[in-house]
Amino acid sequence: MSETTEVPKPIPEPDDESRPFWEGTLEGKLLLMKCSDCGEFRIPSRQHCDNCLSDNYTWAESSGRGVVRSLGVMHQKYHPAFEPEIPYTLAMVELEEGPRMPTNIVELNGREVQVGMPVEVTWERHEDVAVPKFRPR
Amino acid sequence: MAHPLRGSAAITGLGMTPMGRIYKSANELAADAVRDAIADAGLGKEEIDGLLINPGITGFTGGGIGLGLQNYLGMTNLRLMNHMNGAGSTAAQMVQYATMAINAGMATHVVCVFADTPLQDGSRSGAAYGGANRLPPRPKGMSGLAPAAGFFGPNTQYALAASRHMSMYGTTHDQLGTIAVGQRAWAGKNPHAQKQDPITLEDYHNSRWIVEPLHLLDCCLVSNGAVAVVVSPAEQAKDMPQPPVYVLGMGQGHPGDRGKAGSDWETETGAKIAAKTVFSMAGVGPGDVTQTQLYDCYTYTVLVTLEDYGFCKKGEGGPFVEDGKLGPGGSLPTNTGGGELSGYYMWGMTPLSEAVIQGRGHGGERQANNDVILCTGNGGALSYHAALVLSPHRN
Repeated sequence: MSETTEVPKPIPEPDDESRPFWEGTLEGKLLLMKCSDCGEFRIPSRQHCDNCLSDNYTWAESSGRGVVRSLGVMHQKYHPAFEPEIPYTLAMVELEEGPRMPTNIVELNGREVQVGMPVEVTWERHEDVAVPKFRPR
Repeated sequence: MAHPLRGSAAITGLGMTPMGRIYKSANELAADAVRDAIADAGLGKEEIDGLLINPGITGFTGGGIGLGLQNYLGMTNLRLMNHMNGAGSTAAQMVQYATMAINAGMATHVVCVFADTPLQDGSRSGAAYGGANRLPPRPKGMSGLAPAAGFFGPNTQYALAASRHMSMYGTTHDQLGTIAVGQRAWAGKNPHAQKQDPITLEDYHNSRWIVEPLHLLDCCLVSNGAVAVVVSPAEQAKDMPQPPVYVLGMGQGHPGDRGKAGSDWETETGAKIAAKTVFSMAGVGPGDVTQTQLYDCYTYTVLVTLEDYGFCKKGEGGPFVEDGKLGPGGSLPTNTGGGELSGYYMWGMTPLSEAVIQGRGHGGERQANNDVILCTGNGGALSYHAALVLSPHRN
């Protein structure tokens, strides 16, 4: 038997407030919170709208489309699970609905990704959640 | 009419420990710096009636200084005390609150102290800031989105910000590198500086990537150490041992980031908000500033801060710095002690301590024109900002 213990990536664990979001990911749906009073979208999960401070909201599906707002290429070994992927591309994607998500751009290497590039969501599937990633569209 | 608080208080004491891999507790380092600052001001401990306390990253990771520092220092005459946290903007903020408290009659001599011990024996310098070792195997809820994508620490946030500026305005690595090279040249003239060997633009380009577009030499040092200053009423300062460094202007700016369309946190910072307040109180504009001590967690922070204070137009920071005007012999001496990139990383106390040294005229071979010093602090991911205009001249 191998003595090496592989450290897994830090995969998010649903909590009560974010559970609808993570359940959506298993169906390929990128859910946002939408304020029932002013209509503003927000990244889950927070009880109050950051525009009007209303706590009335619904869950609404994002188009899954966005653009690369900013990017970086990680070379530093911070977490052992990511070491095999270094250098990997980090991106902040701004969704069509407005909210921005920290994510990775797949199917391209770092220097091919550009600020302003149109992207769409794709999913990295794990046992009880799927993590949203983005690819060029 | 002049602002009623302009020139009403002065920095009268400065204490600095050795900085770098200094393995003492944060309380011990803080006590060393406070003891030296009080002595520097010519005061006795019993004359200190205000204490403002700011931990660095150890305020989050553990072992940082807190309210307990009062008893470690044995201070029993305090009329003013707080444990403050505006991240890297705190040092300038502490001087602001001290100035206000002095004017309100709530305190006379206020000690403001920062201490931090991110470096443990054998640890890598970036470990405390990356945060990966403190992550649970499964981060809860939405907070897990960023680590799941491999986002770790401020290096990531500032890479995103710099990438945005480079993409929008054509800012180049040569321009960012010129800032690093200039500050290292200053550091060579500063006996306190941790990195004194000169570097070239080629060295900058050859330094390894941390998070592209940031090279190693775009990033600040990580240091253990402590710095303390004493703030006193201007009327008393003129009769104290050190040349007073008067507080002429104070301002803050905290633009926030709602994490959605409409926020330009990457390229328009709190400095833009603070600039109006600090310059208006001091009665000066960017053209009057003779030197700047700018928070420089990254080369990019210097560039974007200069834009937001109006030294050049938005987006023109790159061309503005590329002639080397920030370095020795340049027209806008900046971070004359080497800053956080090459001097020492005491959060906002890095620019503040150098501003005090310069304001006193004690800069030795790195002394620059100190008539109007702009001193800034920046914290978070360009999230929090505070500024002072300091001068040896009260009027």
